[in-house]
Amino acid sequence: MSSKPTQFLRFTILCLGGFIFSVPMLWMLSTSLKPIDQTMSLPPTWLPTAAHVEVFGRLVQVGASDIPEDTADDQPVSVAYAYQWHLDLPDVAEPVPVRVLEDPMTDQLDTSIRVIANYHWQAMINGRSTSVRLYDPDTAVPDQGTIDVLVPLRDGTFRRETIPVADLGRVYDRTDEQVDAAISQEQEMTVSITKLRRHIIDWDEREFLAHPLTAEITVPAGSIAYSIHFRWRNYLEAIKEMAYFPQYLFNSLLLCFLTVTGTVISCSLVAYGFSRIEWPGRDKVFFIVLATMMIPFPVVMVPLYGLFRELGWIGTLHPLWVPFWFATPFNIFLLRQFFRTIPRELSEAATIDGCGHIRIFLQVILPLATPAVAVVALFQFLATWNDFLGPLIYLTEQEDFTLALGLQSFQSRQGGTPWHYLMAASTMVVLPVIVLFFLAQRTFIEGISMTGMKG
Amino acid sequence: MTPGERQKLRLGLAFISPWIIGFAVFGLYPVAMAVYFSFCDYDILRSPILIGTENYTYMLQDEIFWLSLWNTAYYAAFAVPLGLIMALLCAVLLNKEILGRSIFRTLFYIPAIVPLVGVAMIWLWLFNGQFGLVNYALSYLFGIQGPLWLDDPAWTKNTLILSQVWQIGGTMVLFLAGLQDVPRSLYESAELDGANSLRKFWSITIPMVSPVIYFNLIMGIIGGMQEFVKPFVMLGPDGGPERSALLYAVYLYQNAFTYNNMGYACAMAVVLFGIILFLTWLAHVGMRRHLYYAGD
Repeated sequence: MSSKPTQFLRFTILCLGGFIFSVPMLWMLSTSLKPIDQTMSLPPTWLPTAAHVEVFGRLVQVGASDIPEDTADDQPVSVAYAYQWHLDLPDVAEPVPVRVLEDPMTDQLDTSIRVIANYHWQAMINGRSTSVRLYDPDTAVPDQGTIDVLVPLRDGTFRRETIPVADLGRVYDRTDEQVDAAISQEQEMTVSITKLRRHIIDWDEREFLAHPLTAEITVPAGSIAYSIHFRWRNYLEAIKEMAYFPQYLFNSLLLCFLTVTGTVISCSLVAYGFSRIEWPGRDKVFFIVLATMMIPFPVVMVPLYGLFRELGWIGTLHPLWVPFWFATPFNIFLLRQFFRTIPRELSEAATIDGCGHIRIFLQVILPLATPAVAVVALFQFLATWNDFLGPLIYLTEQEDFTLALGLQSFQSRQGGTPWHYLMAASTMVVLPVIVLFFLAQRTFIEGISMTGMKG
Repeated sequence: MTPGERQKLRLGLAFISPWIIGFAVFGLYPVAMAVYFSFCDYDILRSPILIGTENYTYMLQDEIFWLSLWNTAYYAAFAVPLGLIMALLCAVLLNKEILGRSIFRTLFYIPAIVPLVGVAMIWLWLFNGQFGLVNYALSYLFGIQGPLWLDDPAWTKNTLILSQVWQIGGTMVLFLAGLQDVPRSLYESAELDGANSLRKFWSITIPMVSPVIYFNLIMGIIGGMQEFVKPFVMLGPDGGPERSALLYAVYLYQNAFTYNNMGYACAMAVVLFGIILFLTWLAHVGMRRHLYYAGD
């Protein structure tokens, strides 16, 4: 028996190894939940954090990266915080959503850049501020005089009303109900980049509540509170940036379904022919099956491409699933090994009862071979989900791409700078496999020991 | 052949017919055509023109071909043994009862099954020269200024090798299965003879799992020579700065689908097949005398 110290040493090494092995995946997850500035700062933050400070009795999120690390608690530091005010009526506090058109990180400091802000119209009607639509949205709003607006009624229709222009205000907002009530529009405007940088970097988390104009206040460093903030929105943004994400997902799932059914059906039939029927020359032919496993894909790549091109299949999903309906050697091998362990007496008894081979196959062998079939199905699913070279060669249009190929094309389009989106996209490709592993852990372990089975 | 045998033959062939068709169309035909195309000038659009051994003679003077071959050899020569050693090490550590064994096994295994494109993205980020976690860890733990992994021609191949070691899970599980088959009695009698752990590992464990080592070595060579996804995604189709990590399969892909040099690509594929067969044979001969098959 090994002694206590060696056991402890072994455990320590395993812990260290386990930590090193899990860091890449954890780092992917952590990055995918951060705002961009925290992905690009050293020392790295392990969890996405946000700093809060109390301003006039309200907890406001502030830019954490501005605070020097070794600041004493009572030392005053200045932090940026946002006024939430109306863009046209400076005294009215209103939330303003702003989206940057250019990358603020690479731009120069004190230039202005264009941003898009959503807005809608509000009018003072009977002393109350009401969301309205312009009666004639294509015409510019005059400086004075009156203007026709449409006031929404409770039943969803509109009432036309003429109001003085002075009572009409443009409101930058993205409060959902208001946007629904009055069709919101987008406007490009020019904002100083220093202000915008603050906004984007410090206010990223609450972008839709912040205003591009920020102010500096001074507070003691000790009153700044940190909290963990997961930016789940990165995932939505990544999906939006990838544009064809739903199609990618659909194509991957469709291909997985087609290849898994094809492999299971064809390979189990062929494996039956190689294990449960004694025919002359069987083992010699099976040796050929094993030998074909040696053929590297690059060898058949070009002629297969030519063949599929003749068939007009390039740019379609066909080359990626049709071959799997014609049995792949490795899976034949795996199923044959399993079928051979099923006692011969079972099929003999079935034959005496008058069953043909098809019935024996369907009603005796397949039900008994469920574990092996599950292994084949699982590994085929993984192979299709993970496949990159096949889709790279055969697919031409974005909407036909699989997730794996879509991820790569997203990365090469982006040039690899928005790491938080890239990691969010990677997580969406990687995570289903990990979830599948935990759901089918037993099948996985069985499968691997089956592949290592001695012939 | 008796009528009964003939009937069984017909039945057997009927059952394996999907494989026969598949092998003919997706195996035999493409291999034969690949050999034929390798003697042709072929660009997919026009029909192939026989040019004899020109593709092969061109290969001899194609510097990029030799570079890609060298890169691949370098990559496989380090990645395959390193992966084997690490996998065996993990398997040995996990072989005995220990706290949290299944958790460790899961942690080591999962990287081996996740999509390679995702893995490539993760490593791209970890090996980022400026904000990468690897360089931060190096400077934090050892005070070393890490290299610009993927932008420095001297480091690109090593980066690929290092990232490969993360995916030893499949090999490790095979080793684990092999280790379970080693009879305990061997260790017990060795202990009686006063052998220490290292001695037991060297004289019992290694010989007993040698068939698994052999199997994994061959699979590693075959896989290593065809490595495509990670170099392609991490360093682009040109193999990174100065083509320093342009691997054989990537250059073959480039010839086939970027330069439309299908004939040359086929010649490269034939050579690759030859190299793989040769290395497999070499591994077979080299390992045979050390191989121990229980029972056989």
